[in-house]
Amino acid sequence: MAETTVTHINPTAQRPEGWQGIAADWASDQRAFKNVSWGKAMMWIFLLSDTFIFGCFLLSYMTARMSTRVPWPNPSEVFALNIGGAEIPLILIAIMTFVLISSSGTMAMAVNFGYRHDRRKTAILMLLTAALGATFVGMQAFEWTKLITEGVRPWGNPWGAAQFGSTFFMITGFHGTHVTIGVIFLIITARKVWRGDYDTARKGFFTSRKGNYESVEIMGLYWHFVDLVWVFIFAFFYLW
Amino acid sequence: MVDVTPGSVGPIPPAEVAEMELYHPHSWWTKYVFSQDAKVIAIQYSCTALAIGLVALVLSWLMRLQLGFPGTFDFITPEAYYQFITMHGMIMVIYLLTALFLGGFGNYLIPLMVGARDMVFPYVNMLSYWIYLLAVLLLVAGFFAPGGPTGAGWTLYPPQAIMAGTPGGEDWGIIVMLSSLILFIIGFTMGGLNYVVTVLQGRTRGMTLMRMPLTVWGIFTATVMALLAFPALFVACVMMLLDRVLGTSFFMPAIVEMGEQLQHSGGSPILFQHLFWFFGHPEVYIVALPAFGIVSDLISTHARKNIFGYRMMVWAIVGIGALSFVVWAHHMYVSGMHPYFGFFFATTTLIIAIPTAIKVYNWVLTLWRGDIHLTIPMLFALGFIVTFVNGGLTGLFLGNVVVDVPLSDTMFVVAHFHMVMGVAPIMVIFGAIYHWYPKVTGRMLNHAMGMFHFWVTFVGAYLIFFPMHYLGLMGVPRRYNELSDMGLIGESAHHLNAFISIMAFIVGFAQLVFLFNLIWSIRHGKEAGGNPWRATTLEWQTAHTPPTHGNFGKELPIVYRWAYDYSVPGAKEDFIPQNEPGSFGPSREPA
Ligand code: HEM
Ligand SMILES: [Cu+2]
Repeated sequence: MAETTVTHINPTAQRPEGWQGIAADWASDQRAFKNVSWGKAMMWIFLLSDTFIFGCFLLSYMTARMSTRVPWPNPSEVFALNIGGAEIPLILIAIMTFVLISSSGTMAMAVNFGYRHDRRKTAILMLLTAALGATFVGMQAFEWTKLITEGVRPWGNPWGAAQFGSTFFMITGFHGTHVTIGVIFLIITARKVWRGDYDTARKGFFTSRKGNYESVEIMGLYWHFVDLVWVFIFAFFYLW
Repeated sequence: MVDVTPGSVGPIPPAEVAEMELYHPHSWWTKYVFSQDAKVIAIQYSCTALAIGLVALVLSWLMRLQLGFPGTFDFITPEAYYQFITMHGMIMVIYLLTALFLGGFGNYLIPLMVGARDMVFPYVNMLSYWIYLLAVLLLVAGFFAPGGPTGAGWTLYPPQAIMAGTPGGEDWGIIVMLSSLILFIIGFTMGGLNYVVTVLQGRTRGMTLMRMPLTVWGIFTATVMALLAFPALFVACVMMLLDRVLGTSFFMPAIVEMGEQLQHSGGSPILFQHLFWFFGHPEVYIVALPAFGIVSDLISTHARKNIFGYRMMVWAIVGIGALSFVVWAHHMYVSGMHPYFGFFFATTTLIIAIPTAIKVYNWVLTLWRGDIHLTIPMLFALGFIVTFVNGGLTGLFLGNVVVDVPLSDTMFVVAHFHMVMGVAPIMVIFGAIYHWYPKVTGRMLNHAMGMFHFWVTFVGAYLIFFPMHYLGLMGVPRRYNELSDMGLIGESAHHLNAFISIMAFIVGFAQLVFLFNLIWSIRHGKEAGGNPWRATTLEWQTAHTPPTHGNFGKELPIVYRWAYDYSVPGAKEDFIPQNEPGSFGPSREPA
């Protein structure tokens, strides 16, 4: 677009001081959040909405757990693995958490290399993140299988409140779905980075829009969010 | 507020955002069907919403047939009546009003009014519509499912919603309903993110937040609320679906049915109510806030006067939006709660009346000494104010625990919410359609048919819903398919019911005239020109009517003033478009 001539109606007017200045910045034209692109803003707001979903899930779980009149199975015992003859409580969950948190590290590095346009490193780090995410989902599948063979079902379990199984499968399932979707999009984005789409301004297949390396960061926002949610699930479900 | 010369807020800054990459459709399909243009999506949303709304209207006739003339129509069994009620309520609230205000008006007006070429992510926006359509089709499929649609009431309260006694409870009805709602929420989120980001980050130069037309403020705030309220419904739907399909017990307590203990145990039906109303109350305002915004613009434009107290209006919209998240349990007084909670929720409910009342005063003060043109949009706007005040006042009754307990679940409640969130927002929708139809099609809607439509709808709506207050006070319960000869309810209730039903058919007929007008005027309406109402906002200043893809010509408009410079003394015309540079004497734009 040709640069339009800018009409300075009152060039002497200045931003007010203090709070009023903050309000004026917020309310100024074009953008409320300066230096925030559309994509990033959209991801942030989506995550806010998603927070409410996870919040409702967790609150419902807490209600069930606090109001139950039958015993709640003890998570340290349920989620223990028998390794070399010893019952080690929460060991699998600890490893899963470690894996997921590490994937946040590789993701952050990917974002950094993305902004340096280092295609190779960015793509490799993203694929590594995806691999860690997939490992997490794999271990979750293992945990589900283990519980199912021990007789835990969404509608009941051998040790106490039926809501134990229902909330467990529902919440970890919903979170696992988020991780899986993340893995898929990580792979798609990594492929685009690898192919150089963001350097050649190649248009997206569906959206027919040119992407840029910011996509890596937006992907990262989502990924860190999913990790953060896991920390809450870990704390409220396993450690309580 | 002081008089200031426009533009004294500061210089028009240079463009911060690069021109938007527009999608250029290559085929008829991508231009008119799988279109990414917000205006086409808006029309798709609106037509779908109106079509499904027509279904809800027909359902209301069937209910009125039964209530007015009980025992005459064999096919309206008690089960069928429940199904009609449920589908009617759900369609009206969610699939018609929410979709039409946000998906329809939001899509059409936001980009045009803030000076953007399109929504920020048109592809996602397009998906939003198709998922909404899928949700609607699934909902309709419920009518053909074995056992028919669910009859659980639009609130879908468990445990009855998924039990054998309720139509669709043990068949497909409830499953279809819940799945359709989940789809609706996913689709809405895709659109909603677009509306919010477009308003926050996609405005044109000079369009500060405090220069946005109130229509945009209303739709924007409602969308933010919806993005935070729908999650609760989403979660409630997922959990109930699991209860129904997998036999979990989130909401299902231990139940003995016909001497047999059901599989469920330990769930909390109250938990569902909390989740539902954490969504349900904000939902009322999700429908009301866009109506508030639109009606402000209609009144200002058709009274040729600036809106009174613009800033107050904005803060009232935002304040109502925030407050409405902490009042939800006023729907649960009869379910029982700790008295302190009752006290809390009653207090917040009454407090929310304050910003609402401020808005009403401001509308009235805008009209005060205005140059009121009794156009059809203006008539509907006036009809809205009256109806809304009426419904709002009964809301104050119901907000108090002691008054609500006897009135809850009577026709008084039905009268209240039809006034405040049924008729009132629908009035605004009609007004808005008469107002913006010329922009969308280039032609005016037929005036005579419009007059007929307004007067029959307005007077008729009162004749339908006003008597329901009396029915409620007489003790006529809500959701009853017939009164038979209950001793405590007098004979007069039956006469009133028959009267209400006849009125409902007449009002319904007027809506058919309206639909005819919509179609007829596309070809035969009077040519409208670009700005038939002589309005200030950007959508009326486009080079083409209807606006072309990309909305504005080569260059985006630059905004120099607020949206309400009507009848500014000293100006040539009695309106100054927002993109008109220069100073014209005392504007009332707040500094
Ligand atoms: C033509 C105008 C309308 C008529 C004649 C009408 C009639 C009715 C009737 C007879 C009932 C059932 C009352 C009962 O027995 O409990 C009902 C319920 C309801 N209506 Fe309407 N209605 C109309 C428009 C609307 C609109 C525009 C809305 C939008 C908010 C709406 C929302 C509802 C809701 C939420 C229910 C409650 C359903 C339930 O109890 O589950 N109605 N309506
Ligand atoms: Cu409410």
